[in-house]
Amino acid sequence: MTTTDNSGDVRLSGISKTYDNGFTAVHPLDLTVPQGSFFALLGASGCGKTTTLRMIAGLEEPTTGTVHLGDQEVTRLPPYKRPVNTVFQSYALFPHLDIFENVAFGLRRRGIKSVKKQVEDMLELVQLGEQARKKPHQLSGGQQQRVAVARALINTPKVLLLDEPLGALDLKLRRQMQLELKRIQTEVGITFVHVTHDQEEAMTMADTVAVMNAGRVEQLGSPTDLYENPQTTFVANFLGTSNLIEAEVDSKSGGEIVLKAGGGKLVLPEARYAGPTATGGRVLVGVRPEKITLTHADQAGEIPEGRNRITGTIADSSFIGVSTQYVIDSPVCPEFEVYAQNIDRDARLVPGAEVVLHWNPAHTFGLDAAQDIDAGIQEEATV
Amino acid sequence: MATLTEAPPPLSPTAPEKKPPRRRGRLTPYWLLLPGILWLLVFFALPMIYQASTSVQTGSLEEGYKVTWHFATYWDALSEYWPQFLRSILYAGAATILCLVLGYPLAYLIAFRAGRWRNLIMVLVIAPFFTSFLIRTLAWKTILADGGPVVGALNTLHVLDVTNWLGWTAGDRVLATPLAVVCGLTYNFLPFMILPLYTSLERIDGRLHEAAGDLYAKPVTTFRRVTFPLSMPGVVSGTLLTFIPAAGDYVNAELLGSTDTRMIGNVIQTQFLRILDYPTAAALSFILMAAILLMVTFYIRRSGTEDLV
Amino acid sequence: MALVNWLKRNLVVIAGLITLGYLLLPNVVVTVFSFNKPKGRFNYQWQQFSTDAWKDPCGVVGMCGSLSISLQIAFWATVGATVLGSMIAFALVRYRFRARGTVNSLIFLPMAMPEVVMAASLLTLFLNLGAQLGFWTILIAHIMFCLSFVVVAVKARVMSMDPRLEEAARDLYASPVQTFLRVTLPIAAPGIAAGALLSFALSFDDFIITNFNAGSTVTFPMFVWGSAQRGTPVQINVIGTAMFLVAVLLVLTSMVISNRRNKQKA
Repeated sequence: MTTTDNSGDVRLSGISKTYDNGFTAVHPLDLTVPQGSFFALLGASGCGKTTTLRMIAGLEEPTTGTVHLGDQEVTRLPPYKRPVNTVFQSYALFPHLDIFENVAFGLRRRGIKSVKKQVEDMLELVQLGEQARKKPHQLSGGQQQRVAVARALINTPKVLLLDEPLGALDLKLRRQMQLELKRIQTEVGITFVHVTHDQEEAMTMADTVAVMNAGRVEQLGSPTDLYENPQTTFVANFLGTSNLIEAEVDSKSGGEIVLKAGGGKLVLPEARYAGPTATGGRVLVGVRPEKITLTHADQAGEIPEGRNRITGTIADSSFIGVSTQYVIDSPVCPEFEVYAQNIDRDARLVPGAEVVLHWNPAHTFGLDAAQDIDAGIQEEATV
Repeated sequence: MATLTEAPPPLSPTAPEKKPPRRRGRLTPYWLLLPGILWLLVFFALPMIYQASTSVQTGSLEEGYKVTWHFATYWDALSEYWPQFLRSILYAGAATILCLVLGYPLAYLIAFRAGRWRNLIMVLVIAPFFTSFLIRTLAWKTILADGGPVVGALNTLHVLDVTNWLGWTAGDRVLATPLAVVCGLTYNFLPFMILPLYTSLERIDGRLHEAAGDLYAKPVTTFRRVTFPLSMPGVVSGTLLTFIPAAGDYVNAELLGSTDTRMIGNVIQTQFLRILDYPTAAALSFILMAAILLMVTFYIRRSGTEDLV
Repeated sequence: MALVNWLKRNLVVIAGLITLGYLLLPNVVVTVFSFNKPKGRFNYQWQQFSTDAWKDPCGVVGMCGSLSISLQIAFWATVGATVLGSMIAFALVRYRFRARGTVNSLIFLPMAMPEVVMAASLLTLFLNLGAQLGFWTILIAHIMFCLSFVVVAVKARVMSMDPRLEEAARDLYASPVQTFLRVTLPIAAPGIAAGALLSFALSFDDFIITNFNAGSTVTFPMFVWGSAQRGTPVQINVIGTAMFLVAVLLVLTSMVISNRRNKQKA
């Protein structure tokens, strides 16, 4: 894995897919996945992420645009001639072949005669050496998943495509396999392109995440970047939870925008808002639930100066263990969510209590108010 | 066994078809279809046209036949042979109902109550197929023989008095009566009822029974409101698979019946193979086909199960 | 009361077993009468126990010849119908094409047609064409009516097959031909086998269509039919019983083997 080697790059240029029935699954799209990276395509079902993946695999022919692997154009190449392998959703293990033959399938098709050693090594790598002669249906979900990975990886593809590979596993196993896949990727250094609807999965595993919505990439970046600086309401709502407040620009000074929301004022760093800032212009102000501190109204005086603050009433609270999640009714935003760590719990913070919510203005982000404030909410994956 | 039980019985309704993906090679499907479809066109569809043409021909064997659009053949055939037509429909209908009544409990037993005996019973249902059905039909001659144990028992129980009164049997005989023919038809087509019934019953989630019970349904109500409606596809294809061949059958009427139980199949067979009156035979066979297609279409419409293949 | 309750609970079982008895009774009779030594030409009444027929199964003129003709026809009809039917089934499930509805009805109609109608119309065709009735006309007819059943059996299997399996094969460097031979065909095999088995049984046992289109060729069912008029030799029962037993034994052994295999692996 040297930096000069770019044979594992995936470059999509102007690629789009329109089906015979007129439905456009993917609008023209440019995307470069650098060699050796772990790249996630994240989105709700039907957003075009799987179609994009299938066009890289060659299982779907793009309507327009080209696919390059490194310097080679593969747009019209059938799947069996592409140095790309796929881990399919629900694995697609061949039911009539045993585990050994499933893993050996790709090698045999390429005319490699002595596959025994390689297959055995690969099965050891995924800890399935004992199961070689079993049929797929005799394995557990997690084991089947590992066979699917082994069956693809043994061909040392330039790029490994993973189509919701963990979707069929239960939560605990999924966590375990996420780490496992990440480990394998680091070990073999192959480019991974991972399709998922699970935002937490994408953020845990990938170096770079592309959030897709309705056939378009909404935003592309590192998980932290996407989370901290969402550029659209869809990303803000789909990745984790955001509290979005409708506000109006009041004034601007020293890199800070002062906004009017309800009766109060909020401060937004200018660097965290890309839209127009003319006075009177409308802005959506966002803040993540865990950045907020709750203080009982009786102690409002103890809140330090310079923090954004909002008053409200606790509508609901649920104890999660590591944290408590509050829903707060506030004049500026009807259902404000706040996650508070359970370090020193204030016994007065129960439903009905008057509270002040406050946070460091640096944690505030601004979004263009022309968008649908609820985009991405319904589709948010439950984890 | 796996292959046999997995094989869906013909006509059994299948899941709605997924839209097939388009592939490169647009001509491939046509090449795949060509030989088989050609075979069916030449040896199934074309004969129907020949037959239609024969049915409106006049002439004789010696001088040859010509198409004269002689539709009177249809009228003559119907007016002469309507009793046989009626009889075919009645016998086939009776056999179909009997098959449903007899077959349902067995299909139910295999689907829900057989446990580890399921496969064995399945084998026993299918295995008789491997003995030629003519041999098995002949065995009914022995079973229903005059003065045999079956007839004796029916006599003692005064069942024969009832059936005599109904006109199903005559005197001390069962053989050579309508009862024997219907009995033979029922026997012959019973597996065609059981297999589709079993297939649709087996698809029913056993938890539905529990749910119905949980919601205060008595076993009988559960059956009437849940099990039976869900098995309707099987009932429809089973009754069709029984009725259609039974209506055209002439083997049972010939082997177990008498001249008074002749069905339309017997007439067509005799006209075609013995009397060599081809136009009449063709007309009769055409009427039978039309009648059955009409009834089947009507039946399928009524039962709302249109995707049978 | 306990008995009534028991009866109530097991009514279905009892009724089902009665039906099963009804289905099997003729086979019992056939078997028992294969050990009969009838007085006259007909084997309908029990006379005395004898194993004569079992010792000389081919002792009746023409019977074993007809059996061999039936087996040959059944074999070739199975081959023909299975190949043609599977091709149609694959086309129907895997491709889009015009005239789909027509093709579907053309496959459905032979199954919804009384045999005697098909038999008579096919004979009309052969007579009009001046074809020589015999082995070939029987074979043509059998392939025709077995075809639809193969299509239905194979179609069901191919339809339940995950299309991703074929995609996975193509993804793993299998060319279209290899994909078909290594993945599609093996997975569709049970459906194809079921269709073939059904074809064999249908063809071997067919009487009505064969009777119309056989000319002077005599198949086994036609031999039985003829003997029903002239006199039924005990050997007919021997053949019937033997075929029943072979079928049951084959199926039971295959069941036992697959059971054992599953247990070993699990």
